[in-house]
This record gives sequence, structure tokens and C-alpha cells, in this order.
Amino acid sequence: MSLDVWMRENPLTYIWLGSYAVAFLVFAVEVAMVIHKRKITLRQVRLMRDAGGEE
Amino acid sequence: MAINWFKYSAPTTFYGLAGKLIPWFAIPAVILCGISLYIGFAVAPVDAQQGEFYRIIFIHVPASILSMFLYMIMAGYAALGLIFNTRLSSMMASAMAPTGALFAFISLWTGALWGKPMWGAWWVWDARLTSELILLFLYLGFIALHASIDDPRRADRASALLAIVGSVNVPIIYFSVKWWNTLHQGSTIKFSGTSMHIAMQQAMFTMLAACWMYAIVMTLMRVRSIILERERHTKWVTELPEVQQ
Repeated sequence: MSLDVWMRENPLTYIWLGSYAVAFLVFAVEVAMVIHKRKITLRQVRLMRDAGGEE
Repeated sequence: MAINWFKYSAPTTFYGLAGKLIPWFAIPAVILCGISLYIGFAVAPVDAQQGEFYRIIFIHVPASILSMFLYMIMAGYAALGLIFNTRLSSMMASAMAPTGALFAFISLWTGALWGKPMWGAWWVWDARLTSELILLFLYLGFIALHASIDDPRRADRASALLAIVGSVNVPIIYFSVKWWNTLHQGSTIKFSGTSMHIAMQQAMFTMLAACWMYAIVMTLMRVRSIILERERHTKWVTELPEVQQ
């Protein structure tokens, strides 16, 4: 079955999987990256503090 | 009681404020998103011409609006940083760019998903689509330029220029459907009113509010990391409770 036929037979699945699932996946990846970045930054700051402020 | 707002233009004080504000925007973002999806899929009727496919607009339109607004705000912050040499303004501009780029990507992606069943093509070199693609490239250029310069203050100045020059693209995106004979439809919602069904409007505006809240949360979370990174040599950062752990 071609994509054109499938999307017209299953419009809501097409919308959910194609648009909303992708958008929410993008949001989830961004949130995960921001949280990860904060953890890494905090670790770097602690390491610098332990090393006496020298890089 | 008068609040000294200038106090919060310093990274030292803004860091704490941003941390306190995050839950106040994050929780409403999730709730509003849920409400929008419920209205959009369970309450809003099927469109007479587009059938179910029109429901893509509930994410497409807010993402497009956010991609343009975030760019203008980012350029505004970048200009403030460039003119007044305020550190926090440049940090805010850097914090907004990735979220703006993601909204531009979602706008283009969902637009393509809508275009295929409606126009018969994923992509056309239409003025609206092309100018939105340029916006995505401007965001990516801003991020890449900033990352390519080691000195953060020089990176701020160079990328600020790009952001300011690139802001000319935003009115082009908005007015492209008026200036040129585009395949992309014109504005459905105008100051004079709209022909949209009330449930469709509710779903779209609720998602728009949710996207705004989400963008604010992401910006605040990211700017806190940027402040920590840039101020890591200062005493106040080493005395923070989260650093002390």
C-alpha cells in the first residue's frame, strides 16, 4: 500500500505519528539535553572548586 | 512596594530567580498541552474540506509563531548585549537560539506533513516555506557562529550582528503571503476576526500558550547552565548549594 493511500485511510494515525509524536520527541530530546548539560556544567564547576579554582 | 527590576539584569540575582520561575511555567505548559490535545482531537469538529488533516495546525501554527517571535526576542537580547554590553542579555540570546531552531524545524516538518495530503507535495519553493527555511538556517548559523569562537564575549558580539541582520527575515515570513502569490494560505486569524470554529481556536490558542510556557522554561533552564559555565570562576557560584553538594 502506498503512503498516499495509507495516509488517507488512516488520517489520525498519520497526524499523530507524523506530527505530534515527532514534535513531542523533539521536545523530550531538548529537555533531556538541557538537563544533561546542567549536570555536566555542575560537575565541571565542582571539579574546578576542588582543584582550587585552576583550570 | 517598588521592585528594582534592574537587580535581575545581573546574572548573580537572575540565576536564583530563573530557578524559582521554572516550575511556575513548566506545570502550566504540560496542563495546557493536555487541554489543547483534548479539545483539538475530541471536541473540535472535522473540517469540511480538509477532513482530519487540518488537526496538524494545532501544533504547526503555534510552532511557526514561536519560531518567529523567539527570533525577534533573541535578536532584541543580542542587540541589548551588543549596545549596552550587558552580559545577561547575550546569555539569554544564546539560551533562546536552540529552542527557536527546534520550533522552526517543527514548523517546517508539520507543514510538510500537512502539505502532502493537501497540496500533493511535501515541499514547494513557496515564499512562506522558503523564508521559514531561511529562518531555520539563521538560527543554526547563530548557534554555529557562537560555538566557533572560543572567547564568549567576542562570540556574543559576532553572533549578535548575525541575529540583528537576520531579523529582517521575520517580517518577510509574515508578509510573504500578502506580498507574493503563494501556495501557502493567508492568515486565518486577523484583527478583524476569524472564520474558524470556536473549538479549533481554543485548541490552537491553548497549544500556543503551552508552547510559550515551554519556550520560557527551556530558556530559563539553559540560561542557568550558561551562567554557571561563564561565572564558574566567581565566588558566588562556588557557594551555591547545588555546587556545594
